[in-house]
Amino acid sequence: MDSLLNQNRPPAFCPGCTHEKIVRTLDRTFQNMGLSGNRISIVSDIGCSGLFDTFFHTHAFHGLHGRALTYAAGIKMARPELTVIAVMGDGGMGIGGAHLLAACRRNLDITLLILNNFNFGMTGGQFSATTPSDAVVGSGFLNRLETPMDICAVARAAGAPYAVQCSGYQPDLDRELEKAIRFPGFSIVDICGICTGRYVRKNRLTPERIDEIVKPSTPEYAGTLSDAPRKEYSHHYQELSRNLLPAEEPIGISPMFAPIRNTRQEIVILGSAGQRILTAGEILCLAGITSGLHATQKNEYNITVLTGPSISELILSPDNIDYTGIENPSVIIALAPEGVERRQTLFQNATPDTIIIHERNLAIPPHQATAIPMDCKGKGIKQQDRALAALGVLAGMNRVISMEMLQKAIELRFTEPIRTKSIHLIRDMV
Amino acid sequence: MAISFLEGNEVIARAALAAGCNFFAGYPITPATTIFNTMLKLLPPSGGICMQGEDEIASIGFCLGASMAGMKAMTATSGPGISLYSEQISFAIGSEIPIVIVDVQRLGPSTGSATLGADGDIQFLRWGNSGGMPVITLCPADITDCFLLTIHAFNLAEEFRCPVFIAANKEIGMTRESIDFQSLTIPEIKTRRPAIRTADFQPFAVSSEKMVPDFLPIGDIIPVRQTSSTHGPDGYITNDPKTIESNRIRLVKKLETVASAHCYYEARPEQDADTLLIAYGVTARAARQAQQEAKQSGKPFSLLILKTLWPVPEDLIRKHAQGVKRVIVMEMNLGQYIREVERILPGITVLFFGQMNGRLITPTQIREFLDHG
Repeated sequence: MDSLLNQNRPPAFCPGCTHEKIVRTLDRTFQNMGLSGNRISIVSDIGCSGLFDTFFHTHAFHGLHGRALTYAAGIKMARPELTVIAVMGDGGMGIGGAHLLAACRRNLDITLLILNNFNFGMTGGQFSATTPSDAVVGSGFLNRLETPMDICAVARAAGAPYAVQCSGYQPDLDRELEKAIRFPGFSIVDICGICTGRYVRKNRLTPERIDEIVKPSTPEYAGTLSDAPRKEYSHHYQELSRNLLPAEEPIGISPMFAPIRNTRQEIVILGSAGQRILTAGEILCLAGITSGLHATQKNEYNITVLTGPSISELILSPDNIDYTGIENPSVIIALAPEGVERRQTLFQNATPDTIIIHERNLAIPPHQATAIPMDCKGKGIKQQDRALAALGVLAGMNRVISMEMLQKAIELRFTEPIRTKSIHLIRDMV
Repeated sequence: MAISFLEGNEVIARAALAAGCNFFAGYPITPATTIFNTMLKLLPPSGGICMQGEDEIASIGFCLGASMAGMKAMTATSGPGISLYSEQISFAIGSEIPIVIVDVQRLGPSTGSATLGADGDIQFLRWGNSGGMPVITLCPADITDCFLLTIHAFNLAEEFRCPVFIAANKEIGMTRESIDFQSLTIPEIKTRRPAIRTADFQPFAVSSEKMVPDFLPIGDIIPVRQTSSTHGPDGYITNDPKTIESNRIRLVKKLETVASAHCYYEARPEQDADTLLIAYGVTARAARQAQQEAKQSGKPFSLLILKTLWPVPEDLIRKHAQGVKRVIVMEMNLGQYIREVERILPGITVLFFGQMNGRLITPTQIREFLDHG
């Protein structure tokens, strides 16, 4: 197999930089594995390690600092047949820490090479997440305040299935790289090296010292970390999605009833979270659509679940509905103080033509509307059924919607046993 | 006729599939989450990929990788997520990566109000990239727009190899509305123009008569390069001022035709009206109703609803402002797009009405402003 090094762009690092050694070792690994350039995608980011992709004649994706693993994930999901190699420095590993942790948990078949030379070489030797606290670096005393991160230990804690620490100088590095690339999941190779341009000017670091740092004999730093083999993400994704049923098409309604009124009607349901206000609003609109009306549903609620107000503003109209807000509704359904509190003015503006359907013991502001009390509590109707019960009252009066429209909407929206239960509920409200 | 009753967000997701989208990645955020939910229902069973990133930066990163590997990708978020996307957006612009980005806007700044609507990101979408390169932004006013503009967004992303924003709003994305899919004319679906495979393939080479480089995916038989660095046609870093400049100018010029050839809008002129109201998004709906009411009361005004916000449809705005005494811009913010309208219409009185309180601008407010503003 031929070298995949880019003949037009020989490696250009500072003299003595370990990165160049790693470039040549990686090329040898590709040759050993018999890989051609179009079967490999090198994904790099910013810093000296970011030059990597330019030295190879392979697919290449050079992106933002610390984000190499994000692009690599997209490429691998789109092209599972590619050998995807992400290359980062210790700087990119630090800034992209969240991606490193997520990649360990995700276990996509990507190999991450971390070219760890203990500082930010390109910007002047500032400290990185792996700089020893006692090193002299371009960040003054600041690195003395922090503890360096042990990449393989962090990877292990995050659930990485494979991580190994190596020296850029070890003679069998090509075999280590091949093992990592062949591993059918996410693999990390933390390759320690020497930054001749910056780091070693003020710090003593030699290949021998790196050998002492690297702990290949300790099991947790040597390759496969987990005892039980984990499923590779893209294969697992295919496995789980293969048997999914196609998504249902949206309900399509052919109008079948004559509308009760051929004018725009506005309805507001005022309740609290947990009362299924939004579902009731949807059902009212579906009922209106069965009579050929246009419908809109604008909802308002807090971000909290099961507490706070829940308000649904509904419009049914024979014409296209433009403005979706409601100022003077023809029907107000009041079910809980939280919702009523938010829309006090609706009650003040109500006229005798307005209908207010409200739970009997619910305090509502003074109004001049026609009030229709209902006694859900007395009838033993639970909170979550009261909005639907109110629609039963409305349909029973043949206002806005009829009972047959409401029943049709329930049939469209619900499956058994909720369907039959709901139909009984609305019929009992008449 | 078969009427469905759906949220704007769900319709955006369904339109994405109709446009050929086969990759989605997102991070949950109100009010955009239901796009993710819908894509998760639609994509995996149809052989597509839907992923939840560890954050917004990862989500759009997945999309950029997948897009360069030849997939049609979309992501969706709200203002806080657009902030995190920003550096990746700059990358997609500069390195010509097709992607559709939905911004279901909520009331800002910052965390703001998750469940309140606004149109506060309009200038942010335009200028939120380092380098200040132009972008395409489409803005739906209703459920039909959600469907059609999403397909147009994919077509534009493919044709021009760039990010295309859909500037939705909680009041569009999370409002349910009746829609008759059968009545819609679906635009022709476009895909990026493939390059001819040659041994000396240059990923960013552009022939003189074209403005957009032809595409080969990462994973092709021919090795393909992509880079966020300033590059020449070969995809390698360049320091040559001529190459750099011509590429930057091309990034601007390639979108110039969008303002005319892909300008989506709805013009509702009234004869002899002395006022032109310009609106977009959910505010346009109140404007339509106000226009009808005003006509009935004998005070007609003209209305121009913009659905392509960026690049600014300058000729269109000039044409519709001809002969009017004043132009009024109404927005669900404290004055953003009015800057463009003022710039285009020197010498014409341009007035502004907007609010940022989570409430819709009402038809009554519009009519009061027109009568007394």
